[in-house]
Amino acid sequence: MALPSSSANHGGSLVALRGVGKTFANGVQALAGLDLGVRKGEFLSLLGPSGCGKSTALRIIAGLSAPTQGAVEWPARADLAPNGGRIGFVFQEPTLMPWTDVFNNVRLPLKLSRTPAQKAATRVEAALERVGLQNFGHAYPRELSGGMRMRVSIARALVTEPEILLMDEPFAALDEITRFKLNDDLLTMWQALRTTVVFVTHSVFESVYLSSRIAVMAARPGRIFTELAIEAPYPRDEEFRTSVEYAGFCRRASEALARAMAAGGKP
Amino acid sequence: MTTPPFARERLLRVALPFLLFAFAVAIWEAAVRIEGIPPYVLPSPGLVLHTLVTDRVLLGQSLLVTLRTTLEGFLLAAAGGVGLAVLFNQSRFLEYSLYPYAVILQVTPVIAIAPLLLVYLQQPTAVLVCAWIVAFFPVLANTTLGLNSVDRNLADLYALYGAGPFALLWNLKLPSALPYILGGLRIAGGLSLVGAVAAEIAAGSAGAGSGLAYRIMESEYRLNIPRMFAALLLLSVAGIVIFYLLALASHLALRRWHESALAQER
Repeated sequence: MALPSSSANHGGSLVALRGVGKTFANGVQALAGLDLGVRKGEFLSLLGPSGCGKSTALRIIAGLSAPTQGAVEWPARADLAPNGGRIGFVFQEPTLMPWTDVFNNVRLPLKLSRTPAQKAATRVEAALERVGLQNFGHAYPRELSGGMRMRVSIARALVTEPEILLMDEPFAALDEITRFKLNDDLLTMWQALRTTVVFVTHSVFESVYLSSRIAVMAARPGRIFTELAIEAPYPRDEEFRTSVEYAGFCRRASEALARAMAAGGKP
Repeated sequence: MTTPPFARERLLRVALPFLLFAFAVAIWEAAVRIEGIPPYVLPSPGLVLHTLVTDRVLLGQSLLVTLRTTLEGFLLAAAGGVGLAVLFNQSRFLEYSLYPYAVILQVTPVIAIAPLLLVYLQQPTAVLVCAWIVAFFPVLANTTLGLNSVDRNLADLYALYGAGPFALLWNLKLPSALPYILGGLRIAGGLSLVGAVAAEIAAGSAGAGSGLAYRIMESEYRLNIPRMFAALLLLSVAGIVIFYLLALASHLALRRWHESALAQER
């Protein structure tokens, strides 16, 4: 793997942000000159202090927010750009519709794309099975634990078999035991589906455990400060989590984060 | 000390108002008898009940007239309130243009509008319009609030999957707004009765009408005070039934998911 200096120019990019800047209507400059290429099939984490524009960058990739400078490019496929179910998005909260059951929550993207009911049902069942909730289709969101709700949210994002899965600090609100379990399950799904993941987090340990590459961000204005390849083989498990190698990567990521925070503007 | 079980709490909630009611009625009956108060000043509860039975055909017909107006007014208010709120939600232009007028309709006392309506409209229509005017605003205001209270992330999710305005409205906005809409309907149910009664009174003084409120006016002129009380009793019961029917509908619609309708487990 090439040394990750500026990944924006890589040929294998699934999506690339070029010189992206975002200034909100109230004058706050969330991002400036952000260059980032997301390679097909990688697990990329955006790591940074809160308020560094990680979520904004993710929303711009998703097409939920438009950059005020620069551009988002989808080199491989012009029509991949927003919609069409090729992008899956998982929010910080499970963001489920409380008035309907798990099955219908997961079916939503298919319903909106007018997928025939029979085909949709098969895919919903498959997605639920993938997250280990095959028997919970008729449960309502409020009847589930926080971790299970997040699983439903992930199943919903995966039900369209997206090319890229965008995750915005999805496990931040969960307890550590649940988070570790979901981390493992997420890696298993990522490997099985061979999808691309962009994962926003402020946890050094989580980003090292999950990612093949980490983009460390600095704040005010938000930008990519440095990139870090985590060249440890998958599958990763508890053994990796307690290894010297893992500790070494965590130290390097922490140092990079510390430098990024020192380089960031004062709040 | 142990907390009372749920069932006992519930029993108390039902039994206490009834006990208080029975007590008040007993005092009333006793006072009328002991003091020898004539029926044209204050009829005893027994006499009111007796009048209710003897005048049942007349009062029953009037009750039906009033209930029908109330129901029609309520249905129109529900449709109009939800419909207008949805229109306002789709078009800022319409909202800015029309909302102030909705407020004007709401803040002008209906009893003051009723005589004017009676000049231009047939009496049953005028009564219906009054019921509608009073009842539609809470539905409109609540539905508007509900439609604007959609979870932002869910709205983003719909945008991500390219949902059109109709899919967004039907699958996300209206279900999100449902608890608010039902809250508005609960208020509207009682208010449409108020509107119908106010209009009947206004119409009654113009010499027409056959609803319960008209019976009350008529009985007053004839000093038939027991019948006044009987009609009033029917109006109250109608109001209570309407309120609880709507509360029940709301509970049934929300019991699986909304905080307001979930049984408390502690």
